[in-house]
Amino acid sequence: MSTQQAEPESQEAPEDPEMKGAESPAAEEQKGGGMVEEHAEKEAELEGETVHIKVFRYDPEVADKQEPRFDDFHVPFTKGMTVLDSVMYARDEYDSSLTFRHSCRQAVCGSDAFFVNGKQRLGCKTQISDLEQPVRIEPLPHQEVVKDLVVDMDHFYDQMHAVEPYFQDEDTPETDALEEQRQSPENREKIKMSSRCIWCGACMSSCNIAAGDNEYLGPAAINKAYKFAMDDREGEEIKEHRLRILEQEHGVWRCQTQFSCTEVCPKDIPLTEHIQELKREAVKKNLKFW
Amino acid sequence: MYEHDVIVVGAGGAGLRAAIAAHEAGADVAMVTKLHPVRSHTGAAEGGINAALQEGDDWELHAYDTMKGSDYLGDAPAVETLAQDAPEETINLEHWGMPFSREEDGRVSQRPFGGLSYPRTTYAGAETGHHLLHTMYEQVVKRGIQVYDEWYVMNLATTDEADPNDRECHGVVAYDVQSGTIEGFKANQGVVLATGGPGQAFDHTTNAVSCTGDGHAMAYRAGAPLEDMEFIQFHPTSLPSTGVLISEGVRGEGGILYNSEGERFMFEHGYANNSGELASRDVVARAELTEVDEGRGVEDEYVHLDMRHLGEDRIMDRLENILHLAEDFEGVDGLVEPMPVKPGQHYAMGGIEVDENGQTCVDGLYAAGECACVSVHGGNRLGGNALPELIVFGKRAGRHAAGDDLGEPKIRTGYGDDVEDETETELPVAPGEAGLDATGGVAADGGVTADPEGILERTVETARERVDRLMDKEDGVQHAEIRAKLQKAMTDYVNVFRTEEGVKKALEIIRECRQEYQDVYVDDPSRTFNTDLQQTIETRNLIDVAESIALGALVRDEFRGAHWRKEHQERKDEEWLKHTLISWDDGEPSIFYRPVILEGQNKTYEPKERSY
Repeated sequence: MSTQQAEPESQEAPEDPEMKGAESPAAEEQKGGGMVEEHAEKEAELEGETVHIKVFRYDPEVADKQEPRFDDFHVPFTKGMTVLDSVMYARDEYDSSLTFRHSCRQAVCGSDAFFVNGKQRLGCKTQISDLEQPVRIEPLPHQEVVKDLVVDMDHFYDQMHAVEPYFQDEDTPETDALEEQRQSPENREKIKMSSRCIWCGACMSSCNIAAGDNEYLGPAAINKAYKFAMDDREGEEIKEHRLRILEQEHGVWRCQTQFSCTEVCPKDIPLTEHIQELKREAVKKNLKFW
Repeated sequence: MYEHDVIVVGAGGAGLRAAIAAHEAGADVAMVTKLHPVRSHTGAAEGGINAALQEGDDWELHAYDTMKGSDYLGDAPAVETLAQDAPEETINLEHWGMPFSREEDGRVSQRPFGGLSYPRTTYAGAETGHHLLHTMYEQVVKRGIQVYDEWYVMNLATTDEADPNDRECHGVVAYDVQSGTIEGFKANQGVVLATGGPGQAFDHTTNAVSCTGDGHAMAYRAGAPLEDMEFIQFHPTSLPSTGVLISEGVRGEGGILYNSEGERFMFEHGYANNSGELASRDVVARAELTEVDEGRGVEDEYVHLDMRHLGEDRIMDRLENILHLAEDFEGVDGLVEPMPVKPGQHYAMGGIEVDENGQTCVDGLYAAGECACVSVHGGNRLGGNALPELIVFGKRAGRHAAGDDLGEPKIRTGYGDDVEDETETELPVAPGEAGLDATGGVAADGGVTADPEGILERTVETARERVDRLMDKEDGVQHAEIRAKLQKAMTDYVNVFRTEEGVKKALEIIRECRQEYQDVYVDDPSRTFNTDLQQTIETRNLIDVAESIALGALVRDEFRGAHWRKEHQERKDEEWLKHTLISWDDGEPSIFYRPVILEGQNKTYEPKERSY
């Protein structure tokens, strides 16, 4: 199957005169008390209006879609409308060939990460009223596009699998079938954030290093390894084995602490911090330094 | 053609557990899923896993609560198996590294849930399903089990003997979503359907868009009856705008429901004088809608769920995910204001009829999880009982399919001499007939003379012809139109409150949808990632599932569990301690009944009035 690389940097300047360009990450709203009210105000402004979305289109099989383009849709705004709702409406009412992944609509299946107004976001948890119009919706950058907003996730899954992402308790004492391993609430708290990853791929797509080094394990896989490495239920030997995987040439030392992964993570996982902590662990254990 | 010993369709909680169990029993297993495993809807479960783990609790109490919660429509052998196996299976997840919430001494935490006589719900924050799903997927990766992700299973390859009890399932036919290729998957030992719920039959649901009842519809058309489909659980606390679920854990931790007048209505209006907000889900859902109907709803639509008094520390520790959901999907900060909630379609208690080993009446065909009805939930599922069902019965189905001897089942399946004959209820329309052409149905040229390869090849051919027909057709009706109409009819007429007239109206609309589907076409001409095609096939499945729900709701003229009928405001034990079974017979549904099994291992569960 032929594929198309979506490189947002190389896209043509938008023709639409109203287009204000990609929103700068600094303008992103932070979570806080004021957000709810601001949100309601913007929603009130949009009542009765349509929302203008520009959606990336590409299909290797269809003649007029082989050359990537943007399609414009004007979708009637409804209270609480998300980016996902807007593309679903466009698909169901205007063009049934518009293609994207989605399932749970509640930020847990991780299948609808898109590049929205220049930033990786989950379609289902991004309110359309919070965005500048027209809202530009593209597939995740630095991944091969299969069709429209669907990217090939195989490389992402391969990297996740490369860190041995499963509990290995061979070193821990044998437990009775009805006796759990003990874990302190503090230790559970330590791994809690890392355990929230929904494999959406937003972090990997935002990472400049991953874009240039195809072998780099990347923030998601390293975070997955962090979850196990920091879990006291696994023994010391396994922990060392995990650190050896992570300190390899294309592991933690590739991270240049640009924080882009942390910034786009829809589950607020402190990915960059986790990567730095693993670097420190590797130093403490005197493992090879690249 | 691909070939394995056991094929598991679907990769949520039940499918993953079945695959691991079959693998451990020595089988060559493959999972075929229309999503990637970590995208499965099990990940959205929030509350927890009921298991009698602590001193002072025991499996018999769990079984008793479950029988009572089911309104005495659960089968005791299944309920007792669930209660007996849940502790070991839950601890097994812990041994696999699942990050459960912990007590100070390092043991797993448990909390109260609706309808439970002991706080036996084991949890991981308010994201238990996410952790369960990922923990089990990790074990699948560890074992190197083959996963065909984004392959949509369209049909079962089943022989076509006249009596479904004589039929055999030899595999499935699936469509590679990425490339459009249609291939056969031969199962030498068994096919396990673990395709989840049918929530997309309704338009206000907590279920994922992928929950389209594919397994239900395929098994049904292959001859396995659907059981107790009228019992649909409406969760009392879903967000009004999207249907996103707010966990029962909020009420478990002490969250309070208020009406627009600030009354704690569960007590003040006498819906549940003992348990209040922690009465079972059917009771709370009806109470909320009654408040709205009597003019005490907020904005005539919903009620308030308040957790502010629990304090930030407790909320952050046990319900943090709920804060994010309320903020992201409703724009409400749960720390400073109450959350709007209303009932939303949440769970199907009914499903493909199976015995406690997961087997249907079709040889080699198994089902587990929400798509199956064993039956443990009867008329109403208790919160925290879905996840143990996945692991307990997923494991049993996987083991049995792989050839492990689990003993003779106590629960019978299929049409036999222990069933009562068809209903005499008059149906408003002749259901079923139209649309047979598009189903694929049971493979022709089957029977004892055909070899498994031949049956599979024939089924693949039928599926390819069907897809070509849908793709070649130039115009007609689009699936989205039919689906929206179907969902609206179900929500309007087969919701929490049901009337005979309403359900009949729904059946008429479903019949219209069935006829319109004859003219359905796929507009997207591409074979690459054609979601238009996939959803068109799913919509056909939803029509069958919706029809079975409405048919069940019409014939059961009593009030039991989640099934409320305006004209019949009493539970009729004399007449209705029996399961409704609907089987696809010569192109249309027929209805029959099988008695509930109330005899357990040590005692018989006597039906009592259910009060909370």
